[in-house]
Amino acid sequence: MSDVLLSIRDLVVEFPKRDKVLTALDHINFDVRRGEILGMVGESGAGKSLTGAAIIGLLEPPGHIAQGEILLDGQRIDNLPYHKMRRIRGKKIAMIFQDPLTSLNPILTIAEQLIETIRTHLPLSEKEARERAVQLLEEVGIPAARRRVDDYPHHFSGGMRQRVVIALALAGEPDLIIADEPTTALDVSVQAQIIDVLKKLCRDRGASVILVTHDMGVIAEAADRVAVMYAGRLAEIGTVRQVVLDPHHPYTVGLMGSIPSLTHDIDRLTQIPGSMPRLDNIPKGCAFNPRCERAFDRCYQERPDLIAVEGSEDSQVACWLFDQEASA
Amino acid sequence: MLAMLIRRLLQSFVVMLVVAFIAFSLFQFVGDPINNMVGQEASAQDRAELRERLGLNDPIPIQFTRFVGNAIQGNFGMSYRMARPVSDVIAERLPATLELAMISAFFALSIGIGLGVYTALKRSGVLSNFIMTVSLIGVSLPTFLIGILLIYLFAVELRWLPSFGRGQVVRVNDWWTTGLLTPSGRASLILPAITLGLFQLTLIMRLVRAEMLEVLRTDYIKFARARGLAQRSIHFRHALKNTLLPVITITGLQLGTIIAFAIITETVFQWPGVGLLFINAIRFVDIPMMSAYLVLIALVFVVINLIVDVLYFVVDPRLRATKH
Repeated sequence: MSDVLLSIRDLVVEFPKRDKVLTALDHINFDVRRGEILGMVGESGAGKSLTGAAIIGLLEPPGHIAQGEILLDGQRIDNLPYHKMRRIRGKKIAMIFQDPLTSLNPILTIAEQLIETIRTHLPLSEKEARERAVQLLEEVGIPAARRRVDDYPHHFSGGMRQRVVIALALAGEPDLIIADEPTTALDVSVQAQIIDVLKKLCRDRGASVILVTHDMGVIAEAADRVAVMYAGRLAEIGTVRQVVLDPHHPYTVGLMGSIPSLTHDIDRLTQIPGSMPRLDNIPKGCAFNPRCERAFDRCYQERPDLIAVEGSEDSQVACWLFDQEASA
Repeated sequence: MLAMLIRRLLQSFVVMLVVAFIAFSLFQFVGDPINNMVGQEASAQDRAELRERLGLNDPIPIQFTRFVGNAIQGNFGMSYRMARPVSDVIAERLPATLELAMISAFFALSIGIGLGVYTALKRSGVLSNFIMTVSLIGVSLPTFLIGILLIYLFAVELRWLPSFGRGQVVRVNDWWTTGLLTPSGRASLILPAITLGLFQLTLIMRLVRAEMLEVLRTDYIKFARARGLAQRSIHFRHALKNTLLPVITITGLQLGTIIAFAIITETVFQWPGVGLLFINAIRFVDIPMMSAYLVLIALVFVVINLIVDVLYFVVDPRLRATKH
């Protein structure tokens, strides 16, 4: 069994509009390894959530995968028919959404929703599935799970609901969980708890997680590696230590500089001038060039691909500044 | 839940009182009731005596109390036109209207929900678009025209179904006659039921479609898809059930409308129900009959609203008292 669980190759997602085609994801390449938590960061609209939706095959029409491949355990899953993809959803790849208050069906009990999901993927009887449901709730840290399993979603607080959502995502014992901003809608003290639950489950079950967020604190806390997205492209990918402490891409540098810190006393946070381009207005060459202080000729001409960074293990960056062959 | 029920019952009581007052006012404001009762040749003294005997000289509050007291016992006085107790005449006619209303409500609900779900799931299908276009016609054509068209097609041209009346009816017990047990009774029901239910059908269909499209966009449906649940379960167990709340509200009110405004359909098909009775009562200024009808229809609406409120509790767990 190879070390790589999920592999994204040259993924392009397009949204045809009336007069033109918007390219929302533009040649994305990355791997998710077994048992790792891969953080995905970027501004709103950078394509983080869209990457998740593309992986699980739930892009909202008219959005579609125009190019590239998604491989799970070496098998292509981006071109499967609906009924085959359905067997993968929940069973191999699960997804957790941002808002726990709206992710649960308000008129079915927790037990009903859990049992249905468990029995969709595992050959269990109603009674066994119920037992399993209680176990799952205990696992995600719901107190008095056996008593509360027959409650409705509105009986739970936001944090508890997100735990229920995680339990539901785990019901089919997936290998990969895509967590799309799982803590954004929760308050800070609860955020940490939910991240802990995710981390623990990932460790205990050997499952991989793609953690989509724009909260660098969450990334630093939970992720093993980070992918930084900008305007539908991957800017940089590497270990958390590398990306947070020694970022390469000028965009990542700006991003990290904009985070307030308790330990370093800085008078002013740095700020990246301008804003991310709209999808119909992405400049030629590097998408970041209008905002980049270090941009040079080549950046306006050619689009950089991910390049391995010399001297750092496991780090890749899409920036011409790090093109060794050219500078050599 | 019990507190809610009691509160609703009290509200209903107030509504009924107000309606009773309006019904009572009919007697006061639509001409002099004595004139309606006695002939041209009655003397002034006769009139005064009758006025005294009927209690029309008493203060209004006392008269109203008497009216309400009688109404509660089902006594709405004598029909001017038929010289029979109003309650007897209405009781005789009510089964015909209720039967017609129930059948057309069932027709509208089953087909309306079915088509609504279909058109929502196959949003851009050819058949869906066709159904939506046809439904526009259903919404915009007036009831009497639909009735006349149906009569022309199925009764006059094709001669498949009778064009008027209730057909042969069977007496079930003292107060209920039904047309459902005879072939001619059933055949007679079809055209009026379709006429009466068509508007409701299109309304329910469009409502279910709109609600269903709304629910299909929600996070919990996306999450259900992401968990790999079966398509069927997502559509019917998760989505449809969540669309039912507004549908129940509208359907409840529409059922009231079906009963109350069966008047037009009953006139077109000469259906011997309370609607036809009411039209004739208006023509002959039969005040006791009109006021009784008014109270009856108000009662129907109030009862249906109560049922709708209770149904909310059955469908939506969020409204039930919390267990903790």
